[in-house]
Amino acid sequence: MSRPVLFVTRRLPASIEAQAEQDFVARLTDSDVAITDIVARAEGADAVLCCPGDVLDAATITALPTSVKVIGTFSVGYDHIDVAAAKARGIKVCNTPDVLSVATAECAMLLLLAAARRAGEGERLVRSGQWDGWAPTQLLGTQVSGRRLGIFGMGRIGREIARMARGFDMEIHYRDMTRLPPELEQGAIFHDNDDSFLPICQFLSLNAPGGDGTRHWLGEERIAKLPPGAVVVNAARGTLVDDAALIAALRSGQIAAAGLDVYNGEPRLHPDYLTLENVVLLPHLGSATTETRDAMGRIVLSGIAAILAGETPSNEVG
Amino acid sequence: MKPRLLLACLTTTDVVARARAEFDAIVTEGANDMTVAEVIQAANAHQADAIAFTNTLPFNETTFAALPASVKVGATISVGYDHVDVAAARARGLPVTNTPGVLTECTADHGMMLMLAAARRSAEYDRIMRKGWGYRIGQGDLLGVRVTGKRVGILGMGRIGRAFAQRARGFDMKVMYHGRTRLPPELEMGAEYFSDFHAMLPHCDFLSVHAPGGAATDKMIDAKAFALMPDGAVLVNVARGTLIDEDAMLDALKSGKLFAAGLDVFREEPAYDKRFAELDNVVLSPHVGSASKETRDAMGFRALDNIAAVLAGKPAIDPLWKD
Repeated sequence: MSRPVLFVTRRLPASIEAQAEQDFVARLTDSDVAITDIVARAEGADAVLCCPGDVLDAATITALPTSVKVIGTFSVGYDHIDVAAAKARGIKVCNTPDVLSVATAECAMLLLLAAARRAGEGERLVRSGQWDGWAPTQLLGTQVSGRRLGIFGMGRIGREIARMARGFDMEIHYRDMTRLPPELEQGAIFHDNDDSFLPICQFLSLNAPGGDGTRHWLGEERIAKLPPGAVVVNAARGTLVDDAALIAALRSGQIAAAGLDVYNGEPRLHPDYLTLENVVLLPHLGSATTETRDAMGRIVLSGIAAILAGETPSNEVG
Repeated sequence: MKPRLLLACLTTTDVVARARAEFDAIVTEGANDMTVAEVIQAANAHQADAIAFTNTLPFNETTFAALPASVKVGATISVGYDHVDVAAARARGLPVTNTPGVLTECTADHGMMLMLAAARRSAEYDRIMRKGWGYRIGQGDLLGVRVTGKRVGILGMGRIGRAFAQRARGFDMKVMYHGRTRLPPELEMGAEYFSDFHAMLPHCDFLSVHAPGGAATDKMIDAKAFALMPDGAVLVNVARGTLIDEDAMLDALKSGKLFAAGLDVFREEPAYDKRFAELDNVVLSPHVGSASKETRDAMGFRALDNIAAVLAGKPAIDPLWKD
């Protein structure tokens, strides 16, 4: 049987491109830019491997050539793909679940610590050559150990963060639609409403999915319910945050510091973030370790191959 | 009448408030710690019973010779006491205390932050952001190193080293350590002991430094030590800059022997080696391991507690030596 044709929308790690060329007739690209001519370039392809930022809305999917039977995404999130429209056309979708939970949780924990301990300001001070000595009142941050952490969205990544945070003796609370069984909860305290949840969040980590249901979840009203001087971390989706409200709270001190890996309108961000010292900013690299990116490539390529072979892999979406 | 205190260094407003409430206190004015000359002048003028200071004051023979006999105790608001001449203080019969214990958790937190930041390149990423970002980073570009599940060697398994180990276990890390003596099992918590520092190094994907400074540990991490580590290792130092041969570290960072380093301390402070600022793969931090409001309050309060105990004729809580 001849190898299926795979159209890859973006440049991938070399080891993954090598595997794609081995398993498929791969149409690779040098581009890091989200594509706009996907319909034309997918002509004759059995599968498309896309990335977040590529727009696979209903109109695009409807226009895809009939040869396309699978869309794989090099990500765990798939809010850039209209899964219902794909289903209507008989196109299956797969993603990269599980394998980036640990890397993303590491990134969230890093942002939590870095924001609390004013790592950005300290780095800039020392790097500028202007650091002129130690003082007991210099760059005082917020203590992390022993404090209360609220996790909004207790999925795989949220639970990984909880596990890491326990090493810092943090008290873990979480807000989600349903309570987890005890073996997943591991002593974390469940909240079924914002009014009990938000006031305990000395630290708040956003780990819910994106999309319309959570759009601008962290806005003015909820921010007002946080304890003064809270630290906020978002390594999930930029759409969870109302930027204007967060920026205002970072200026007023209601929120002491924030650590952000994701933004509304990536790869751009609200320009006012760049004027603030009390934010640590990362360019959506929550899963950016060599180990994780390799694992993501392996799982999405094997999912695509399995679907084309008529199987139902565990990473098929919907 | 309240005892007379000279608070010679800057500290938090809550510590100053308590010092003023409980003592007849002279407090440093302005934006700087008192100089030696200012301390001597103020201690004599105020006939101080006690001096609270930090590592900006050399507390040595020369200082002692000019202090009034009224001074009955010195309290450094720090855990390190490289700036205290213990032998000279003992000879004078002047008790000196420090603030151990209260900054353990905070310093271990900072070490873990620097380890994650170095491995995951957060300072480099933040610089990209501050220039405005605006482009998609390739899926194979600017990749960091995973922390979870890797092996970490801890040099110096005292309070802070053990607190660091506890955090590393939350990341499923295999913990190894080197110290002068092996710990009992309840403190070791399954960490693997190496009596020979060099024998541990080939296993260190990560190396975190928590040993004291001083002549005994000077340049303990040198070119030979770096050569023994695996390629692409990550080094973290929240202890003392003197433990590391900085020329050798710069070489290792440039060659890729070290993937990255997270440094809160330097051999010379604040006249630190500016060559570090030219490298993208170091995360720099201005000696703020204990810099949380909560910890700095606790350190200042601990110093005041030590002073109050000694002046009340009780034993110091944290004496630098035991008679």
